[in-house]
Amino acid sequence: MPKVTIDGHTIEVPDGTTILQAARKIVEQPDYTGVSIAPPAMCFYTKLKTSGGYCRTCIVKVSKGSEKDPRPMPKPVASCRTTVTDGMEVQNITSPELLEARKGVVEFLLINHPLDCPICDQAGECDLQNLGYEHGLAKTRYDFKRRTFDKIDIGPYIKLHMTRCILCYRCVKVADQITDERVHGVLNRGDVSEISTYIEKVITNDFSGNVIDVCPVGALTDRTFRFKSRVWFTKPLDAHRACTKCSGKVALWMKGNDVLRVTTRKNKWGETEEWICNECRFEKKEVKDWVVEGPRHIERHSVISANHYENLSQLKLDINKQQKQLAGKQ
Amino acid sequence: MQALTNRSKVVAKKEMTFIEKLYLPAIFSGMIITFKHFFRRKPTIKYPEQIRPFSGVYRGQHVLKRDENGAERCTACGLCAVACPAEAITMISAERKPGEENLYREEKYAATYEINMLRCIFCGDCEDACPKEAIFLTERKVDSLYTRNELIFGKDILVESRENPIDLSKRQTPQVKEFKHHKEFAHNVVFEKKK
Repeated sequence: MPKVTIDGHTIEVPDGTTILQAARKIVEQPDYTGVSIAPPAMCFYTKLKTSGGYCRTCIVKVSKGSEKDPRPMPKPVASCRTTVTDGMEVQNITSPELLEARKGVVEFLLINHPLDCPICDQAGECDLQNLGYEHGLAKTRYDFKRRTFDKIDIGPYIKLHMTRCILCYRCVKVADQITDERVHGVLNRGDVSEISTYIEKVITNDFSGNVIDVCPVGALTDRTFRFKSRVWFTKPLDAHRACTKCSGKVALWMKGNDVLRVTTRKNKWGETEEWICNECRFEKKEVKDWVVEGPRHIERHSVISANHYENLSQLKLDINKQQKQLAGKQ
Repeated sequence: MQALTNRSKVVAKKEMTFIEKLYLPAIFSGMIITFKHFFRRKPTIKYPEQIRPFSGVYRGQHVLKRDENGAERCTACGLCAVACPAEAITMISAERKPGEENLYREEKYAATYEINMLRCIFCGDCEDACPKEAIFLTERKVDSLYTRNELIFGKDILVESRENPIDLSKRQTPQVKEFKHHKEFAHNVVFEKKK
């Protein structure tokens, strides 16, 4: 069991754990208070094998390699792909030059990304938006022509807006690993590479809708929800139904009495807890199809939490935590 | 009980003197004050005929602007509604169809856009929040109307007409435009100062 120290927090983790997972474990500890030291991740997804290593936003500085070889690693490493060793010391938010390097990574991700958040359906729950905001990049300095693509309808339910894609490969892994027949992938190379189906083939697999949930940006969006409402005007509820294909545990996004959208439940790290099938996601759009469990927990920093009322005791805990974090920053 | 301020006067109920009982000196001193006011400048104005000068940035009735080609600038992004402290703004968005490019600037537009003027507190936060420079408060006053429904202003009232665009040059000065250009970085400046 190697012992790793990340930003001064020490934790013992099983062999083969990556730095990112160890950092998340530290933050998940119930007595953990303070600023989150978990590196942000745009392409890594716990549930998808071989994901990670593309976006480089999770880079960390390894200031001590291990107990046996205490030399620091020469360059920042991708924490989602680097496994911990015993005695390793890692710096994430405590290293100013690392934050500067990550800022550069974010700027590169934003080079071709259109700043059309006022139109994009993902706005409000977009990982890239959060990342840009956290690193103070509301704009790019890039003046040249950006790569643009036409919008494609992948089947009746999914819209592909390739211009917004950051090539994280998460949807490709979903298509590869949880559906039995893969019909989409990445075509071409480098700047012109694009996510596509072969000649706009319709994705018909029962679980293909999950590519929408794994997409960290607004490249893959739900056509049944297209421009229906901004996410922060919808009320998220936990709900379930007896489904023969999937667990049937979903999050409903309601406006009034209308179910505008059905998504998977996402955990603290923005990762899906259980995949859901297309029938649950796209076809059951009435309240009577579902057993509502209650309001869904939304983190207070999210814009979706505006006017969102849930368990008050949880809210109090959140406020306490936020205040402690603010005290820690000062 | 102790008085809260020292301005309260003790009222004494004493017998009036002969002079006081005549009341005439009191009436004359009162009339002097009354006649003095004939020669003072009037603080009131005759309102509908005469209007006081307004500030150029007076916050009155909203306008939804069109761009230079006459297309509506609003994309129904919802930032004004989320910024609104009175929750007066609601909207329903729709997708622009091919051929409507001259009507709407971007691929999404507001199919309905309503401001409840009874709720609105004219704070101007919607104007600040708007990323598309679509909504502005103008120096026009909101008329009094008879029913509540009439005061929920829809797009028919809010969107400026192509023939008579609303002049915003008083509030959209070059300095304001320059400030807005850098506004996106405003939160970063604060962040860096803290460090």
